[in-house]
Amino acid sequence: MDFLLTAILQGLCFAGIALGIYISMKIFNIPDITTDGSYMLGAAITATLFTHGMKFYFILPLVICAGALAGVLTGWIHTKLKVNALLAGILVMNGLYSINLTTMGRSNLPLRDYTTIFTRLKILPDVNQNTLVFAILAVAIMITLIGYLLKTDFGIAMRATGNSETMIRSLGVNTDRMKIIGLAIANALTATSGYLMTQLQSFADINMGIGVVILGLGAVIIGETMINWFNITSVWKTLLIVIFGAILFQLVLALTLSLGINPNMLKIVTSCFVLLFVGIPRLTIKTA
Amino acid sequence: MIELAGISKTFNHGKPTEVNALNGIDLYVEIGEFLVVVGSNGSGKSTLLNIIAGSISPTQGTVALDGRDVTDLADYQRSRYISRVFQNPLSGTAPDLSILDNFRLAALRTHPKSLKIGIDEGFKYKVMEKLSLLGMGLETKINQPMGTLSGGQRQALTLLMSVMANCKILLLDEPTAALDPRSADIVMRTADKLTHDFNLTTVLITHNLKDAFTYGQRIIQMTEGRIIHDLKEDEKAKLEQADIFKWFS
Repeated sequence: MDFLLTAILQGLCFAGIALGIYISMKIFNIPDITTDGSYMLGAAITATLFTHGMKFYFILPLVICAGALAGVLTGWIHTKLKVNALLAGILVMNGLYSINLTTMGRSNLPLRDYTTIFTRLKILPDVNQNTLVFAILAVAIMITLIGYLLKTDFGIAMRATGNSETMIRSLGVNTDRMKIIGLAIANALTATSGYLMTQLQSFADINMGIGVVILGLGAVIIGETMINWFNITSVWKTLLIVIFGAILFQLVLALTLSLGINPNMLKIVTSCFVLLFVGIPRLTIKTA
Repeated sequence: MIELAGISKTFNHGKPTEVNALNGIDLYVEIGEFLVVVGSNGSGKSTLLNIIAGSISPTQGTVALDGRDVTDLADYQRSRYISRVFQNPLSGTAPDLSILDNFRLAALRTHPKSLKIGIDEGFKYKVMEKLSLLGMGLETKINQPMGTLSGGQRQALTLLMSVMANCKILLLDEPTAALDPRSADIVMRTADKLTHDFNLTTVLITHNLKDAFTYGQRIIQMTEGRIIHDLKEDEKAKLEQADIFKWFS
């Protein structure tokens, strides 16, 4: 059962990516794949600051700012230079690889000897359970903040930006600015995922960001499928389901691995799983 | 209220596809005036409307609204004067947002969208009250996503949303082109009523010559980026529907 708990913990750490992709893809309708880079950016900064003895409570704000900056850059390239959003994301993601590598100084930084966010306070005696409590707490804070944001007047304007751009411009919203802010929030959340994951696994590796965007996409798509099934419109429930999607995704991957499938095949399993969730609703509609 | 002076607009300047959409348009629309613009396709009507709204900036000339030069302001910066209803009924509302959310945004047209939760019971009541004016029975469906409504309903709501905040100018770009006759009628009547009740300055572009005849105090016809007919209130009153048809023959 231990691998299931690990999967849940990983799923919770990926919640930030899931929420980030939800914001960029579902709310702003922008396919943002800066994700791989900004996730790694969060991880690289976390590991580097830990090993350089930075005060613990400074790390998260710095990670959030760095992630937001990556998002602003993608948003700026997309809206001001009129570059296709996908290309803008790819450019920033690619550039971040060098920045991340330079930040860390080498490709792998272990954090075995440091007290992380998960081990700082001991509420429960078992390390894994203690970690679970803090991971849930972190995700709860994220959901609360984003849920509140989306309910505010500003949040409604955000949601309308991706939904009906002509309308929201005629209602006095600078949509370029809105998109930049949205991508900043999305990538700040993604970087926070990197921050949590680095501490969960106690190391940062330059390759850990490769393909994480699909974990977020998977979570959002699983969530979307369920939202359609149950006809959900509430903002809070939607966010919770997206997080649930992220956890479910990790559980499925963990189960797949436990069945003895070659770990080299993990990425193709991931892709097939996402494809399955994208495809199922359409296939069932056809037969009905 | 709306003052256009020497407006010209050239698209694709210097290329083989160069088009002179507008050629030195001078137009003054008074406060409370309901102006109808007719003209064949490509005559520059929509360009004119987009220039008033700020979605397109003119190659030459100046735009002033309420006595203030707004030539350099973008569309979202002019929104404190202008409400727009688009030809596509889907453009004026956000389909995935609830009716209530759409109205909240409309109410904030002239205000910054802040980090406060602005929808409270009082606001809900206000929206329901406005919706009951339409007589479509939508006041009980405020939490329904906008996308579940018909095109006609959405177009009528777009109109209603425009008077949620202090609005001075209403721009209607063929608002009924995509609607069935009955919905089109409701939309045009609502537009007319709102223009009177709120003393709005309204510009309507239409291909429906019957509407052009029925509504508005002033009518202009455009051809090749120029105004070739301009009939004021008393002249338009004398106009027969057949006269407008003749303009196009």
